[in-house]
Amino acid sequence: MRKISLSNLDKLFALISEKAKLYLPVDGKNGIASFKLWEEGVQMSQALNTTRSAKDFFFPQTENLMEFKTEGKNIEIIDTRTEKEDFVIFGVRACDVKSFEILDRVFLSEPVDSYYASRREKGVIISLACGRPAETCFCKTFGIDPASPEGDITAWKTATDLYLKANTEKGEKLLASLDGITEACGEEAVEEQKKEISAIMDKLPLKDLTTDKFGVGKTKEYFNSPAWDELSSHCLGCGTCTFVCPTCQCYDVKDFNTGNGVKRFRCWDSCMYSDFTLMAHGNSRLSQKERFRQRFMHKLVYYPDNNNGMFSCVGCGRCLAKCPISMNIVKVMKTLGGKEND
Amino acid sequence: MQKVTREMLIEKASALLAEGKVDRVLGWKNGEFSYDVTPFVFTDVESMKKDFVFGDFAFANFSKYLIKETKKSENKVLVFLKPCDTYSFNQLLTEHRFNREKVYAVGIPCDGMVDVSKIKEIVGDGIISVESGDLIKVETLYDGVKEIAKKDVLAERCVNCKSKKHVAYDELMGEEGEILDSNRFDEVAKLEAMTADERYAFWQNELSRCIRCNACRDVCPACTCEKCVFGNPNSGVENKAASNSFEEKMFHIIRAFHVAGRCTDCGECSRVCPQNIPLHLLNRKFIKDINAFYGDYQAGEEVGSRAPLTNYTKEDLEPSEAVNKEEN
Repeated sequence: MRKISLSNLDKLFALISEKAKLYLPVDGKNGIASFKLWEEGVQMSQALNTTRSAKDFFFPQTENLMEFKTEGKNIEIIDTRTEKEDFVIFGVRACDVKSFEILDRVFLSEPVDSYYASRREKGVIISLACGRPAETCFCKTFGIDPASPEGDITAWKTATDLYLKANTEKGEKLLASLDGITEACGEEAVEEQKKEISAIMDKLPLKDLTTDKFGVGKTKEYFNSPAWDELSSHCLGCGTCTFVCPTCQCYDVKDFNTGNGVKRFRCWDSCMYSDFTLMAHGNSRLSQKERFRQRFMHKLVYYPDNNNGMFSCVGCGRCLAKCPISMNIVKVMKTLGGKEND
Repeated sequence: MQKVTREMLIEKASALLAEGKVDRVLGWKNGEFSYDVTPFVFTDVESMKKDFVFGDFAFANFSKYLIKETKKSENKVLVFLKPCDTYSFNQLLTEHRFNREKVYAVGIPCDGMVDVSKIKEIVGDGIISVESGDLIKVETLYDGVKEIAKKDVLAERCVNCKSKKHVAYDELMGEEGEILDSNRFDEVAKLEAMTADERYAFWQNELSRCIRCNACRDVCPACTCEKCVFGNPNSGVENKAASNSFEEKMFHIIRAFHVAGRCTDCGECSRVCPQNIPLHLLNRKFIKDINAFYGDYQAGEEVGSRAPLTNYTKEDLEPSEAVNKEEN
């Protein structure tokens, strides 16, 4: 384990920036924190988390896949790939780090999504333990420990210092390159913080939420539950929950006519949208209830079915904070799971 | 002023249900943390006693919900409307969007809704409970109980409340309020005072955060098209994400034009924006201009009013005059 005084954070950021582009959470206007490129003078946000999740780094909202130019009968295919640079993300929370594993299972299984794969390869993740979890946090429900986030390097911030510990080869390489400004240290302060975080976790309002009632093989039990009517009845059908979600991974590929060619781009899609499953024959999900059910069944049943019981929610709480009607996965779990889940 | 309480609303609903005047109640349902209140249709008093809430976080404007709700049954639905909600109610009736006969509207007074993000700016994360009052008591995980003056954490639209008067109801609870002199155009005036470049930079910065979740459109009581052009794959302009920086502005500008003259300034768009984009300022610019060019007009003040932008009179100002007026 290495440490550096908080007063020298800028030196640390500057040194990392010399090697690769460094992104970290920065406060914007109106209380919105987001990942921004670090440069001299940029201050790291004190916010618990960013409004948009860190999935943007590997699975951006829009990305140009390729372009076609036509001249007469010839079609030229133009490579527009941009995911070729090394980069470092600092300050990723435990929930978002876990989301990468969930996304990996989708994008890195055959056929491998090469755009996603090269971004994953180029990116180094420095996670940050959560000193002050919010009331909306329920990562523990999914077995995530906010005191010991995964990632290539894990960081802990105390009142005076930043502690760093490498977990992977990539992380060790980066951490070793920072030896000049960090010093070796014991783990006492970090152990102390872990205990503090653990005590807070036991006080969070959603601490008792469990996944016991969900997971593999539960499709029949919940698919036709009458509760979906009530739960979905006032869903606006907007895409807020899906777009702030670190694990939602659905996308659409579209062609944009540029006049003398075509830009083929991919963009996030939302199962909440009315044309999400629109195909030539029509739409298989005609009501908002079906769309709503799809989103939660995917997180709590279908994904676990296909991934050895792993859930595709990380309990980051973004949908709890952002849904316009405050309907969210916690309310769904409590309603479907019955009293014991309350 | 007599305070209208949760218990009084339940009592009212109970009486109307018992009389058979209505068979369901559109109200606010308790959430996990005091502030995450969900719209809900109650059909019995027992469930209302358990879950119905009314207070600082009953912000959802139910008027738009009536479009769907009135189609579900032949019987009337009881809806509670705050003063600003009644403007949307009338505007939707003007546009023939729901059957008035199927609604029993009870006007309820409102002393402003609280913006939880403003509370979080003061106390940080970890809110355990929030107790209403002129002094709001916020209990947090990290700092115990803190008292905050309600006026310091009012939602923007409530700080600039345009009216405490209900313009539509079948029955009113509490005392009627008045139309207020608000400062709601001050922010617009600031934008107008900017140079074109500054203003462009302002909106560029704000709208660049847009994630095209469409929450502003989907919550908007003026956005009631059966199929929005931006959600229609056959329209040629349907996009699930902004394809470039022009396109992200286009969505919002087109939407603002589409609701111009019909927007009642209820503020739901800015409330629901996950990226805190002050979308209401676009709409307020149109309202301010309509007032300046055609005389004061408030959408939804009365049912059936001819909005200046969709009505021709000989006194209408010529476009050239409008430009001159704008410049002076």
